[in-house]
Amino acid sequence: MNGTPQPVIVGAGPAGIRAAERLVAAGLRPLVIDEAARWGGQIYRQPPDGGFARPKAALYGFEAGKADAVHRAMAAIRTRVDYRPRTLVWNCEDRALDLLCEGETETVPFSHLILATGATDRVLPFPGWTLPGVFTLGGSQVSLKFQGCTVGRRVAFLGTGPLLYLVAYQYVKAGAEVAGVFDTAPFKAQAHAAAGLLRDPATFGKGLFYVGWLRAHGIPVRNGVRPLRAEGTERVEALVWTQNGREGGGQEGDGREERTVCDAIAFGLGLRSETQLADLVGCRFRFDTMDRAWLPERDAAGRSSAPGVYLAGDGGGIAGADAAELAGERAGLAVLEDLALSFDAERGRVLERRLARIAAFRRALSAAFPFPQDWADGIADDTMVCRCEGVVAGSVRAVAADGRAREINRAKALTRAGMGRCQGRMCAAATTELLARTLGTGPDGVGRLRAQPPIKPLPVRAVPRTAATGSAITSDPIIGDEGNSS
Amino acid sequence: MALLQRVAERGRRVVRFVLDGVPVEALEGDTVLTAMLTNGDRLRRSEFADSPRAGFCLMGACQDCWVRTEDGQRLRACGTFVADGMRLLSAGEWQS
Repeated sequence: MNGTPQPVIVGAGPAGIRAAERLVAAGLRPLVIDEAARWGGQIYRQPPDGGFARPKAALYGFEAGKADAVHRAMAAIRTRVDYRPRTLVWNCEDRALDLLCEGETETVPFSHLILATGATDRVLPFPGWTLPGVFTLGGSQVSLKFQGCTVGRRVAFLGTGPLLYLVAYQYVKAGAEVAGVFDTAPFKAQAHAAAGLLRDPATFGKGLFYVGWLRAHGIPVRNGVRPLRAEGTERVEALVWTQNGREGGGQEGDGREERTVCDAIAFGLGLRSETQLADLVGCRFRFDTMDRAWLPERDAAGRSSAPGVYLAGDGGGIAGADAAELAGERAGLAVLEDLALSFDAERGRVLERRLARIAAFRRALSAAFPFPQDWADGIADDTMVCRCEGVVAGSVRAVAADGRAREINRAKALTRAGMGRCQGRMCAAATTELLARTLGTGPDGVGRLRAQPPIKPLPVRAVPRTAATGSAITSDPIIGDEGNSS
Repeated sequence: MALLQRVAERGRRVVRFVLDGVPVEALEGDTVLTAMLTNGDRLRRSEFADSPRAGFCLMGACQDCWVRTEDGQRLRACGTFVADGMRLLSAGEWQS
């Protein structure tokens, strides 16, 4: 490694963009790599180029100003970074990243690496969750924001978290029929968390606004919901659910089955961080009780345990888009400090104080929208938990019950749960809960699913990028290359 | 019959492609997932349970939306834009 700094940022969402902005301001030229065709990440995802007409107010609602500012920030530095859209980082080894773009591979070394890899929806299976028409909450939002489509004609919203109410609201505003909002969180959890949520009155007010607006528009809103199954043969036809009477808190509910006719279910239980690259680069992980997940350790500035590796945004722990912007900038400052360049230490302290306030708010949020800790008790053996490999809950329970697997990597080897194309993104939470319950331990007691390269599927036909080809665009769009747009 | 419903952004150029041997239309800027699911209710059948699948996360994480073309290529439907002349199959990822 020569003496020239080679900063690399993975992810061009709010965290990656603010990190890049900070480095550019100090005269550095970071490499900014993003899987999508356009910058913005998920929450501020921009529609495809050409022909899409909705203004930002329609796409992002109350967040339109923030989204626009983030987009403009990247536009302003576009020529001062080495920007690689439609590029997947599929491995990290020997302080270099392996990239795939349009069927071509490339290895790029880094001196400093900022991981701003974001998050996806967290899910726990229920019978019928693989039926056509069941999509994640985030996916349902992408469909509307990025493609101008709702995921069904009559959509049921299921799960918990602020996103549940936001997307339901966006769907009603877009003219969709919303069959109901089914929150697994008990109403009393939200009442108890109210004091903590008032730390951020603006966000709390927005949340109340969405709930109130939905009710005022006649959308049924239920708390303390437990999904029993999605019904349908070739696609979703109904959601069958129940409410815990005692937990319903002010609403009728006595454990009887309810059936809501719908042709789509938007489902999510909060978010889960994308940590595969942090794992491959050698970051130390710790179990985070709030996210109920293994997360790479990071200090207040975003430094990981690996020298020269920084974490910013939801990829290091769920904190939301505002925190992502702050953490991206803070990580950029940390890189400058570690390069012995001048940096604004007072700004760093301001950012850390703001991040700490957001963290306190997030604690209240996770109390208001708790993870359903009793999920593993209620899931039948024949429910599919790994949708890539078709592994059922009973298989996971069995390898733990008979002593063959005491931790999740061994359970994966024996059952294939987590071994499929998604590499455990959709099933690790469920597998963890099943193992923990069967072994009589907590979710932190069954080990951590190890990331393996490639972190997403690669086509075998991928060829090394050469200086002559540059980033050659293949003329055949049908090639199954991983790097093609988002 | 279609899973996805267009509620906005209808003013785009029409793209013509073939789905299960039948000529159909989508709009420029549609992903393959949108193009297929505005014309039908399935992307593939799972190789392990023969159950129908139509994607899940729409953001490149779940890997549930891999689709076969007639000439045997595979592409990730949520991450690939539809193009004129594509010949796509929803009948089964592992069938020849």
